[in-house]
Parts: sequence; C-alpha cells; structure tokens
Amino acid sequence: MRYQPVIGLEVHVQLKTDSKIFCGCSTRFGAEPNLNTCPVCLGLPGALPVLNRQVVEFAIMAGLATNCSITPTNIFARKNYFYPDLPKGYQISQFDLPICLAGHLDIAVGEQTKRIGITRIHMEEDAGKLVHGQGGGSGVDLNRAGTPLLEVVSEPDMRTADEAVAYLKKLYQIVTYLGICDGNMEEGSFRCDANVSVMPMGSDKFGTRAEIKNVNSFKFVKAAIEYEISRQIELIEDGGTVVQETRLFDPAKGITRSMRGKEEAHDYRYFPDPDLVPVVISDEWVDRVKNGLPELPETKYQRFLSQYGLPEYDAEVVTASRTLADYFEQCAQACGNAKSAANWVMGELTRSLNDNSVTIENSPVSPAQLAGLIGLIDKGTISGTIAKKVFEELWKNGGDAATIVEQQGLAQVSDSGAIEAAIDQIMAANMGQVEEYRGGKEKVFGFFVGQVMKAMKGKANPAVVNDLLKQKLAG
Amino acid sequence: MELYEHTIHTLHQQLKLRQVSSVELTKALLARIAATDPSVNAFITVTSEQALADAAAADARIARGDCAPLTGIPVALKDIFLTEGIRTTCASRMLENFIAPYDATAWARLKAQGAVLLGKLNQDEFAMGSSNENSAFGPVHNPWNRDHIPGGSSGGSAAAIAAQQAIATLGTDTGGSIRQPASHCGCVGLKPTYGRVSRYGVIAYASSLDQVGPLTRDVTDAALLLGAIAGHDPKDSTSVNCPVPDYTAALTLDLKGRTIGLPKEYFIEGLDPEVQQAMQQAIETYRRLGAEFVEVSLPHTSYAVATYYLIATAEASSNLARYEGVRFGHRAKDTAGLIDLMMRSRSEGFGAEVKRRIMLGTYALSSGYYDAYYLKAQKVRTLIQQDFTNAFEKVDLLLTPVAPTPAFRIGEKTADPLQMYLSDIFTIPVNLAGICGISVPAGISDAGLPIGLQLLGRPFGEETILQAAYSFEQATDWHTKKAAL
Amino acid sequence: MSITRQDIEHVAALARLALSDEEQQLFTSQMGAILSYVETLNELSTDGIQPTAHAVPMANAFRPDQVAASIGHDRALANAPDKNETYFRVPPVIE
Repeated sequence: MRYQPVIGLEVHVQLKTDSKIFCGCSTRFGAEPNLNTCPVCLGLPGALPVLNRQVVEFAIMAGLATNCSITPTNIFARKNYFYPDLPKGYQISQFDLPICLAGHLDIAVGEQTKRIGITRIHMEEDAGKLVHGQGGGSGVDLNRAGTPLLEVVSEPDMRTADEAVAYLKKLYQIVTYLGICDGNMEEGSFRCDANVSVMPMGSDKFGTRAEIKNVNSFKFVKAAIEYEISRQIELIEDGGTVVQETRLFDPAKGITRSMRGKEEAHDYRYFPDPDLVPVVISDEWVDRVKNGLPELPETKYQRFLSQYGLPEYDAEVVTASRTLADYFEQCAQACGNAKSAANWVMGELTRSLNDNSVTIENSPVSPAQLAGLIGLIDKGTISGTIAKKVFEELWKNGGDAATIVEQQGLAQVSDSGAIEAAIDQIMAANMGQVEEYRGGKEKVFGFFVGQVMKAMKGKANPAVVNDLLKQKLAG
Repeated sequence: MELYEHTIHTLHQQLKLRQVSSVELTKALLARIAATDPSVNAFITVTSEQALADAAAADARIARGDCAPLTGIPVALKDIFLTEGIRTTCASRMLENFIAPYDATAWARLKAQGAVLLGKLNQDEFAMGSSNENSAFGPVHNPWNRDHIPGGSSGGSAAAIAAQQAIATLGTDTGGSIRQPASHCGCVGLKPTYGRVSRYGVIAYASSLDQVGPLTRDVTDAALLLGAIAGHDPKDSTSVNCPVPDYTAALTLDLKGRTIGLPKEYFIEGLDPEVQQAMQQAIETYRRLGAEFVEVSLPHTSYAVATYYLIATAEASSNLARYEGVRFGHRAKDTAGLIDLMMRSRSEGFGAEVKRRIMLGTYALSSGYYDAYYLKAQKVRTLIQQDFTNAFEKVDLLLTPVAPTPAFRIGEKTADPLQMYLSDIFTIPVNLAGICGISVPAGISDAGLPIGLQLLGRPFGEETILQAAYSFEQATDWHTKKAAL
Repeated sequence: MSITRQDIEHVAALARLALSDEEQQLFTSQMGAILSYVETLNELSTDGIQPTAHAVPMANAFRPDQVAASIGHDRALANAPDKNETYFRVPPVIE
C-alpha cells in the first residue's frame, strides 16, 4: 500500500515593531526577565489593551504580498486557557474575522511551480516564556508576552517535506523582504507548526493528523516531517491508528515525541474581545499600503534578469534576501558591471561573511567600496588575483581600493617591455621546460605563467603575460 | 451644619475663600468615619495618613490661588479602583494584600485636581451582587437602618454618602451597581453612557457593561464629579473620543416642553406600593414643572435579566482568569503542582457568588453551548438596545423606578441567587443598551428607607437627565433628608 | 435543561475551580435553575439579528508604535507570591 502524506503549516511570524501589540513596552529581545513589562502585558487587574497601528499595517502588507483578500471589518477574539506564561488566562487573537483570507504562494517543485493555498492570516499576541531550574520550580518571564505575531495558516496542500520547506522558505523570504520580520529564527522570530497526516494513495479522505509544534529551522522541519510521515505509515501498517495529538521534535534524536502532560483538546471558548473595538480597513488604506509595498522577491528576480542581464542562477542567489539584493544592486549601479558585482557578492563577499559569522547588514565592506574595487579591475589597474588581496585589506582595515593599490604599489604591470624582460629571464633559466613545451607538453605553459607572475610579484597583467609567453615560447 | 454634611460645590466656595481648610475638613470626615463605620462597615481601608498629607498639599495649592472644583475635597473610592501604593482588594480574599502598582485613570484625574483620598470602600466581591452581602470583609449596613442592605455592588460608596463619611464617592455600575445602592441609601447615583469615563485601572467584571460613575449628596455634585472624570483615555480602547461638556451648565430648572416616557413594562403589578406611590408623586411633580408624559413600550424588558446574566458572566469568567496565584494575589499553600496551585488559589480566593458566576459564564461560552447561550444573548441585546432607540425617537428621556422594593433585610434574599438577580430588572437594561441613567432620591418608606427614581437618557444625553434630575431635586426636599446615625 | 454533576465537574475543571462536594451539589441545583430561567430567551426569534458586541459603535482605536516606559522590576514583581531573582516562580512545569 502506498501512502500520500498531507502537510499543512502554521507559521507564527514575530513582527518587527518597536513596541508590543497592545502596550508600549519594548519588544527588544534578550532583556533581563520581566524588565519590559507593564500592567497591560503583565495582565494586572484593571489593565486594558490598545492596538498598535503598525501591526495592522504589517498584517495588510503580508496579506497583499501573499495574494490574500483583506477583511474590511475585523475583530479580535479571546482564546481562553490557563497556563503560567499566559498572564490574562486568555490570548487575544482573531477567530471569526481574521484580517487576511484566501491567499496563496507559488513554490518551485523541481521544474514545475506548485500553488500552496493560504487559508488565513491573523494578528495575535505572543505568550511569555517559561524557564526551568528556578530553585526547584519554573520561572515565568513575561518580556515576550504581548509581542505582536501574525499567524499564517496554509491549506493542507503540501505532499512532501521538501514542498513544506520550499513553502516556508518562500514565506520567510517574503516577510523579511517586506521588512515586517527580522527573520531571526534562533530568537524565535519565525516559528513553524506542522500538521502531518497520511492517506492511502489515490484516496481523497485525509487521515488523522498530528501536530508537530515549534520547529525552528528549515533543516529540522524537513527532518521532523519526514520522520513523522514514516512513523505514521509504520504505525498504520502495524495495525495501529494515528491519534490526533501534539508532538515535539527532538533534534538530537531526530524523532517526534508525544507531548505528555499537556491538556487534551482545549475548549478555548472563543468570543469577541469586549475590550477592543473592530478594526475597519478602508479601500483607501489598502491602496496606500499596496503603493508603499517594497519590491517583492519575484518581481526583483525578473527585474534583475532584464535590467542587469544576470543569468537565472545569479539572479536567484542574489535575490535570496532583500539585504543581499540591495547590496548587489547598490554595488552594480556604482560600478556599472552587474555580472562582476554578482560574482563578487556570491563569491568573496559571501565567503568572508560566512567565515566570520557576519550578516550582510554588518558587512565591513560596503557596496561602494566593492564597486570601487571592481572598477579598478575593469580599468585594468589590477588583476583578479591582486583584487582578492585588496578585498581582504578592505575587509580588515577599511579604506578604498584605489588608495590601497597606490599605497601598496599593487597596480598591475601591463608594460610589455617589463614583462618580456621577465619572460626572457625565466625562459633562459628553464631551458629544459622550454624544450618540453616546444615538444608538445602544453601543461608546462602553466609553470611559466606561474614563474612570471612570481617574478613580477603577481602584478603582471595576466592577459599580456599570456600573449607574450605564447609568442616567445612558440619560438 | 457640620463640615461633613456639605457638598462639593458649597465646600469649593469655602475652600477657595479660605473659610475652611482641607485639613480641617479631612479631620472631620476621618472622625466621622471612626465614629460611624463600626456599625456601617462602608470602608475596607481608611487611608488616614495619606488623606491628611493630601489635604495639606491641597491647602498649599489653594493658598497659591490654584483651586479646582475637587481641590481639597475628601472623597472615597470603591475598592475596585486601583490606587497606586494603596491596598486594592475588590472586597475579595483573592486580592486581600494586593498593593496597586498604578492609578486608575478616573482616580488619577481627581488626584490631579488635588482631591483627598479618605479610603477604599466596601462592595460586593468583584462587583458581583446587589446587596453588598458578598464581601469578604463583611456586609455593609444601610445607614438608614442597619439591619437592611445598602444595595450593591457599590454598597460602600452609597453608604458612605448616607453616613456622611465622604463628601462624594466613585462607584461602578454593570447592572445597576451605582443606581440601585444610591436609591436604597437616599443619594444621587449616575451611570454615564458606556465609554464616557475610562475603565483603565478599574478591576473588570463585565467589560462591555462596566461603567464608572459618581455617588453624591446632590445633583450638582454629580455633574461636577462627572465633569472631572469624563473624557477620552488613550489607555482604554472603549473610551469614546468626544468632547466633555460643562455638565453644571445644564442644571437649569425649566422643564417646559420636555417629554418624559413611562415604559409600561416598568410599571407593573407587583411593584411595592410605596415605590408605586413615590413614582406617582414624582410624576405629579414633573407635571407641575412643565414636563409632559408619554407612555412608551420597551417590549423586550422581560428578557433583560437573562440576557445580562449570560453576557456578564461570560465576560467575567474570562476577565477573572488572570487570578490564578502566579503573579499576584492569593496563592494556596502546599499545592501538588501547577494545576493544583491554580485551582486551589482560585477556590480559596473567590467567594461563592463569584464562583457561581464564573461557572455560569464558562458554561455559556463552552463548546456546544456558545450559540444557544452567549450568542443568543448578544442578539437579544440588540433588540433591547433597539427598544430604547425607538423610545427616544418619541421622548427626551424616560422615568422609571430603580428597584421593585426599598432595601430588603440583610440575609433576606441570600438563599436564592435567582431571586436576587430578578430584583435588578429596572437597572439592567440600561447597561445592555449602553445608555445613561441617574438615580435621585424620591421618597422615604414608612419604615424609614429611601426610595429613588431613575431617569434614563440617550447615549451621551447626560445633560438631559442631569437637568431633569436637578429640576426635580430643587422642587422637592428628599435630598435634604439624612440618615440618623 | 438540567445540568448534571458531571457537567459541573467539567466546567469547574475548565475554569480551574476546585469545588467541594457541597459546592458541587449546591451549584448543580442553582445553576440548573438559572439555566432554565435564561432559556426563556429561546422564546424570542432572533433570525437575522446581529449580535451586539459593543454598546456604543466604535472602531479603530489605535496607538502609535512607540516605546513607552515599562514599570520596572520592582513594581512588576511587587505582588509576586513567589519569585526567583526577576522571575515569577511556579512549581516545575513539565512539557
């Protein structure tokens, strides 16, 4: 019996606002426990929520970028349950009238594109954190309580773990492109719950699903879903039934575990929150947001293809994140050589960023500085090899390429006279290899190139060296 | 006349003219509290030191020529208002030792004017009750007859006025909790339109029904106090952003041409004969003042109590979920794990009526019952609100009794909660519709217990009902009668 | 509609209330009476009627995205029944 996995994803996107959704406390990560709190997010008696307008703006942006319809009158609802990290004993969320409905994302599955439906997007507040090992108990830290979230719920349209990851990456790219989420998965800015079930291939009746909660990396999402699929299939084939339950992924063991001790099926008793008034979104408001949307990944990709003539692979790599794309574009415009800019960004820059665990926002080499370097290569002032040295210098000590080349005398030598002299010297000292080359051993050419470059301290113009060497070696 | 018998408006003049000092005034009231409260039990916390400090500061301010209407006036607040640095219990074991970390907006506005805080007043626990018998700090006794209830839930707020322990008080009204005790204690009680006064810092019972309002000796004081606390608060999303008029400017006497509606569903068989008589006399007084009466109908009146007890308890069950012994409030000892801690803290901290309403509300919202109970009630609420909208197309305001009988005896209705709920029939619809209502003294029963009349106005129609109330007050002398304590 | 002892137990668990046997018994009968009373609402037809969530029609009460001063540790934890450093402490929670 072959089985068809069915996957739906719920993603919690933490919004990049300065203050919380219902109060003015800071959303900054990493503060001392319970420092960023006030009566509202502490759930103290008498406190009342007031909605941060920026959250609505961000939600509309997310909805437009995912082809959703924006609900004209939307309301908040209380989701009632007891847990120590939930100070009011209810979470303010949206139930009946969420802000966005019926959107979709297109993902690449091999050569094809597949459309994944988005059921809804709604605004809600995050809960606080529980930490363990507090002198024999658990500690409650409410700094995170009240941080604004968007919950993005997909249709159960995915059929493989890879599709799920592709969807997540696309969604991640969109929210970071929009600037509404900082994308920091280690800090919990983008959290994924996966609903997984299996059904007999060809059936149209979905099986019972299990929910894997809070998976925080693309790698783990793939592993968790794959494990869960095989767990469910094995269970069914052994004669068991899949239970609707919540499970946690254990990255160390690569398995999902049932969440023991958690309450079974909560009765959340949703009802409209009487402390908040409806959010009415006019067509004008939606239009304003639409006109203010930054360029989305797909559009930017197409534009890089046509405007800069980049190959598809380059355009895709360089548009992976908005900051990378912005960096590339600034550099390309400054130096006028898009292909070169792309190469340097994808090559040396990315390598250096990764080696030094630096994000592109914090790159010590700016697009302008890199453009200056590329300009020197294009003018023939330096060779590619020397350029790499100059880049390292820019990275370590800053400055600009032209000054570095001048101060360190790195300008390449194109004067044929000097190069010829070097070539003559080397040929004279290596007659054996000259004979070998003339005898047909073409590989020896590389030896000569290397020797000439060494003699000229890497500054010889490689093209000129090549030409002259060929001539002289030919005899 | 003793200092403690005065009103805000007469004291304001005296304070401004330095004929009396706030410290003198405050001392007189503190002495009055000490003498009378052992038999009334209106206060949960008396803040003597703070009061005298506030009074001294007020006197300094007045000496500098800065004297606002509430400067130096000693007031007391229902213990449902958070007062920074001062114990705020909501008359519950759950908050027995809770020190408020911030001020309610309504109190902050009075504080900013230099009002003096005498203390925090007794009430029904979490504002749930109509008799002030549901307090963890003992019942409040009606100053007119100590064996009788003062009304609830703002029983302490009304009793303090009747016992002349405070010049004015603030209460809250969710189903009648200002108007009914005002009626039972012979003082003025006003429930403003929903959204007129900020709810920030007021411990929530039923969020879509709760409103803050004044209890005072006379209508002029009510107008002054309302003016001091009303107005938009950015910290309360449900507070309305519309200008606050000078309510005292509305206090004129001429009622010629005013049309007053008498809702026939409120003047029914079974109304206590003395209440009936007081109403009749009031109607005659109003006729003499030039008003015309029209019979109107509020056809869905009989469904109001059921509607209220579904909506209010549902909202309350959610509002009270934050009391679980984790971050503040009562925490049970020697518990076996987290769930046990929450369950026992709540069970030990809450009284019976509170538990009953939480249970009812939870049930009304629970899976399978939401449509039949909560949603149904919200729809009936629309019909009830529509009744008032229709009535106000024909008349300027409505006149009704406040309670079916004068104050009953302590213990008389505690056995059957449903009976207690049904006595709120005349006040509850007002909260459901969100409109404004005022209770003014209109009689005294043969047994010496006050009887009030209720005037209802359109949303933001406080000026109309204040004027009608003032007119009536000045044409009668009920407001001059005092409880013999 | 009568409410059973089991219903009461279930609702009490949802509401995190530990009721004594007496309370359970009392509430079962009292709530039964109250629920029968509120069921009179079913006499009314409410087809096509919108529910009223807010007594006074309001919309779009916003605040700007600005950080306002938090109240600080001392005040946040002032009423804490149990704390450890700046955490509120509860019995260990196993997830």
